[in-house]
Amino acid sequence: MSEDVFIVGAGIHPFGRTPGLSGLQQGVFAVRQALERAGLAWRDIQFAFGGSDAAGNADTMVSELGLTGIPFINVANGCATGGSAMFGAYSTIKSGEFDIGLAVGFDKHPRGSFSPLPGDWGLPDWYGETGLMLTTQFFAMKIQRYMSLHGITPHTLGAVAEKAFSNGVLADHAWRREAVDIDTILHSQMVSDPLTKFMFCSPGEGAVALLLASGRKARELGLPAVRLRAAAVRTRPQGSFEVFSPALDLERGGSPTSVASKAAYEMAGVGPEDIDIAQLQDTEAGAEIMHMAENGFCADGEQTAWIAEGRTRIDGSLPVNTDGGCLACGEPIGASGLRQVYENYVQLIGQAGARQAPGKLRLGYSHVYGAPGVSAVAIVER
Amino acid sequence: MPDILPVPIADGLICPDAGGIALLASRERASGRLCFPARPEDDTGYDRIVLPRTGRLWSWTIQRFRPKSPPYAGPEAFEPYAVGYVELDGALIVEGRLVDVAFDDLAIGMAMRIVPLPFEMMDGALRTSFGFAPDKGGEA
Repeated sequence: MSEDVFIVGAGIHPFGRTPGLSGLQQGVFAVRQALERAGLAWRDIQFAFGGSDAAGNADTMVSELGLTGIPFINVANGCATGGSAMFGAYSTIKSGEFDIGLAVGFDKHPRGSFSPLPGDWGLPDWYGETGLMLTTQFFAMKIQRYMSLHGITPHTLGAVAEKAFSNGVLADHAWRREAVDIDTILHSQMVSDPLTKFMFCSPGEGAVALLLASGRKARELGLPAVRLRAAAVRTRPQGSFEVFSPALDLERGGSPTSVASKAAYEMAGVGPEDIDIAQLQDTEAGAEIMHMAENGFCADGEQTAWIAEGRTRIDGSLPVNTDGGCLACGEPIGASGLRQVYENYVQLIGQAGARQAPGKLRLGYSHVYGAPGVSAVAIVER
Repeated sequence: MPDILPVPIADGLICPDAGGIALLASRERASGRLCFPARPEDDTGYDRIVLPRTGRLWSWTIQRFRPKSPPYAGPEAFEPYAVGYVELDGALIVEGRLVDVAFDDLAIGMAMRIVPLPFEMMDGALRTSFGFAPDKGGEA
């Protein structure tokens, strides 16, 4: 019989830019904070999964945390690095192998957009040489088509970004902590039509650590805890539309998000109507809109009304990206997916401070998506 | 259109076709599935095919800033350019630059055709790539 898995502690290094600290050091900061908040010591931790996309090997953290000899598994899974680290920790406890462990993700990216090389992605050089290999183009073209098919206007994109920045003001770990009004967002520099500068997140820095424990261990510790009801990582199905695609199949299919979402709902035995709070991948404002539908929360096209009515605001019926998401926090790839779970954890245990969503929150949903077509979904329950 | 085009930017990408160019692709023998860019010619699981030259604009955007080099190999001087996916009739949806069209005139569903695109590399050398232009004959 498999074990229940709980999150019993969490730590975060503020997102943004921290010139004096390496990504690894920010990771160590997050681990120490998680341990301190839980009243635990590093020697209490039996195993760890961790990783970054561009800031080094997580297992070297033992030099600073202590040479206790535990298994520390490095995870390198691109945009799903954090989600995969948590999946590893979740599966390890579920199997009964260990009682308490760590999932940690961190990163530190240089300024500006990512600059991938075609060969690393199995693509010919001409694709990059002629200026087609940009993540920003993909996001713009995916939402451009979606808007055309489902009657969504730039105003709705602007409203999503405005919400993100106003939530970021209330989140002490966010990078962007100033409100930006919708007119400024809509009239800021156009980056890749229809997306303006304020509608895109930026690569950044940050770190998150989560402590996971078995049900037995969680009861013994008596800490505020949320049960991890589902953790699913899925890659792209046939016919999905992904970043860095020189061509797409005529027959359009689902997305890695729709597949991961379905798997997570099945694991948890709940549906989208049961979710009280959601953190959805918002690499840009359009991604949040499309991911509302891909994760089952509304039908395609209903987002216009949802957002106009404020249903996804902190005080709405389904608060989405309550800490400002990637738009306000930036995107340190290895940490980003774990930040979403961190946010659900602090919201569900009622410790989200100024951004605390009102009412009883039972189920929290988080979703990270990235290249080349991978999504990770987690559902937690208080 | 000039009679002689510069050297193609890559082998196995384009071929001369009806006074212009067309794109090369591959059909997997087992599944019939098409893929672009074409697989290497010695890949026995695939047959080389030539993609249709016309289709409809599937989505688009404007690249408003100069991409980072590498991988971008265009000149330092930068002008925004349009990029899109074109649904080539009954075949594949292919990504490419959009040319000979004002940004304001771009609309999903408009008829497009493939054209050769002279592409200037950073060292000044000229190569032939491909792009899509409005297909005036296909508007109906």
